[in-house]
Amino acid sequence: MTTKDIVLDHVSIRFGSYTAVDNAHLTIQGGEFFSFLGPSGCGKTTLLRCVSGFSEPTEGRVLIGGKDMKGVGPNKRPTALIFQNLALFPLMSVAENIAFPLEVRGVSRKERRKRADELLDMIALPGVGDKKVHELSGGQRQRVAIARALAVEPDILLLDEPLSALDLKLRHHMRTELRAIQQRVGLTFIYITHDQGEALTMSDRIAVMNAGVIEQIGDPESVYNRPKTSFVASFVGETNAIEGKVVLQSGEMVTLETPLGPLQGKAAGGRRYKNGDSCYLFIRPEQMELKADAEAPNTIAASVTKEEFEGNSRILFVSANGVDMRVTRVNRGGSDGMVTGHAVTFAFDPAHATVLPHGQLAGA
Amino acid sequence: MTALRSLFQPMAARHGLGAACFIGIAVFVWVVFLIVLPQISMLDYSFRLNLPKPDIGGPLDVYTLDNYAYFFSGNDGQLNTLDIGILVKTLVAAVFVTLIDIVICYPIAYILAHSATGVAARLMVIGLIVPFWVNEILRAFAFRVLFGATGLINSLGMGAGLWDQPVDFIRADVALYSGLTYAYILLMVFPIFNAVEALDRNQIEAARDMGASWWRVHWRVVLPIAKPGIASGATMVFMLTAGALAAPQILGGPSNLWFTQLIYQWFNESANWQRGSAYAVILLLVCIGFVMMLMRVFKVSIGEIGR
Repeated sequence: MTTKDIVLDHVSIRFGSYTAVDNAHLTIQGGEFFSFLGPSGCGKTTLLRCVSGFSEPTEGRVLIGGKDMKGVGPNKRPTALIFQNLALFPLMSVAENIAFPLEVRGVSRKERRKRADELLDMIALPGVGDKKVHELSGGQRQRVAIARALAVEPDILLLDEPLSALDLKLRHHMRTELRAIQQRVGLTFIYITHDQGEALTMSDRIAVMNAGVIEQIGDPESVYNRPKTSFVASFVGETNAIEGKVVLQSGEMVTLETPLGPLQGKAAGGRRYKNGDSCYLFIRPEQMELKADAEAPNTIAASVTKEEFEGNSRILFVSANGVDMRVTRVNRGGSDGMVTGHAVTFAFDPAHATVLPHGQLAGA
Repeated sequence: MTALRSLFQPMAARHGLGAACFIGIAVFVWVVFLIVLPQISMLDYSFRLNLPKPDIGGPLDVYTLDNYAYFFSGNDGQLNTLDIGILVKTLVAAVFVTLIDIVICYPIAYILAHSATGVAARLMVIGLIVPFWVNEILRAFAFRVLFGATGLINSLGMGAGLWDQPVDFIRADVALYSGLTYAYILLMVFPIFNAVEALDRNQIEAARDMGASWWRVHWRVVLPIAKPGIASGATMVFMLTAGALAAPQILGGPSNLWFTQLIYQWFNESANWQRGSAYAVILLLVCIGFVMMLMRVFKVSIGEIGR
């Protein structure tokens, strides 16, 4: 147990009869990059405010470095919060912004300026101390907000969707940057996001949240490849959900009777099903392969509804017996002749398909 | 002329020729007939002598600085301490009233913009507006009743045993300051409210997260954003207070004259419009100069106030 560890001990947060966070129970290790991933309104920001001290849990405890944080105000916790819109002070210079937490602590003007310049060097923005915040670009402001948060040397940095206001290219660049800063300073980062790309690329571990409940905690690969609930499977990454009923299970392999005929997939987490159980079979678009051979197992005959060209890949939207699916194919140059109405056959490896009990899907 | 045309043409293009003509004429009438001409005629008056009717237009009717000279040196060439004293006292009192309004209105505006919601906010706004349905004279007399020797405050104070002789709030100018402060509260609340409302709540929370005490949050984060609003409100309150007539007339102590009362006396009691005009021009110039000086000191530009 280090001072940078955080324990959420059966934390529930209610507003009247509405439960924003339901029994969150987890430990975040010191120095970990930990993300809470979920759609807007899932309770992730509420949970973050609870860790930062702006609100208290209705039930349960928040422990930081082993100490119960009940009644400890946001300024007394070893945490620093970076707001979604950064909340930089528009009428102060960049250096004044970064040194504000030091000003609060009564550090001398000269010392403040020195520390601000050090931090500006660290975020690779030397010499902008005298500029006004609005003179900086989006990415630079981002880094200034991080520098301001790091000025008081917190143990834990809390980030509330800080990249959401940036354009795509910058967002991708800042992912690498944030991860690099985190590894350099060795702090615990708690990152809130609804963008699975951000969570997957930066995090050591991810907690996927839906409607106040943490559905799964794990490293990016296990969350993506081995989802434990229908929600996680459908929220993290693109996927095709095919509804069906269990007709056979042998070992890990489950056969479902679906509108597309019998299809096989793996039972997640070695779960046992009874015949007739309502399930979803999830298969990622990149695991679907076009096949000329219609005899292979797990084969689906469908017709093309449209194709989207994304540059590096083409997304083929297909429909079969009322089920809409998408197939991702690497773009190797040239047209592939996939016009609307074209009949295609594709197949997938059952080892890459996941069978999960019927549940809520993301965006449904 | 080209500047005017470049204003007019886009407006005509966007809103149609009729609307553009209406706005153009309305603005022209407003500026020329209601602002420029009356002021010019006052200015003209202020440089003339108070002559009997037959002499007007005659050889004696010349431009003169007499009326202004009178303000500075009276009839006897000595420094006119009486009138200058009244002007200074009026300005000091107006500054005082403005400061009280800032102190009262900043918290009200802040709470209105950031804490009050729904019913509470609406009640606060109504509470601020309703008193202004009562006309100025009635309001002034209400304060006289409130602060009079047998008024509500004296009866309450004596009833509670806080003091045993009626306090003369009128002579002490307490009634006057209260009345003026109260009269212009709304003009101070709304500009500050406007400015503070633009403040992002996250900035307050961010400052708190970094350990800032509430006064530092206000001093470093909220006040700088409220500053143009405070400047705008303060300008209005100061100008109107310095130019108030009814409240000083009704609530002022017997030994205290407001500069506007002096102007009023020249116009009405002495029937000397020329000298009254000169005094009015002096008040206007001194007030404008004073406000501009303060704006320089506090580094606020006219553009910021206009926002």
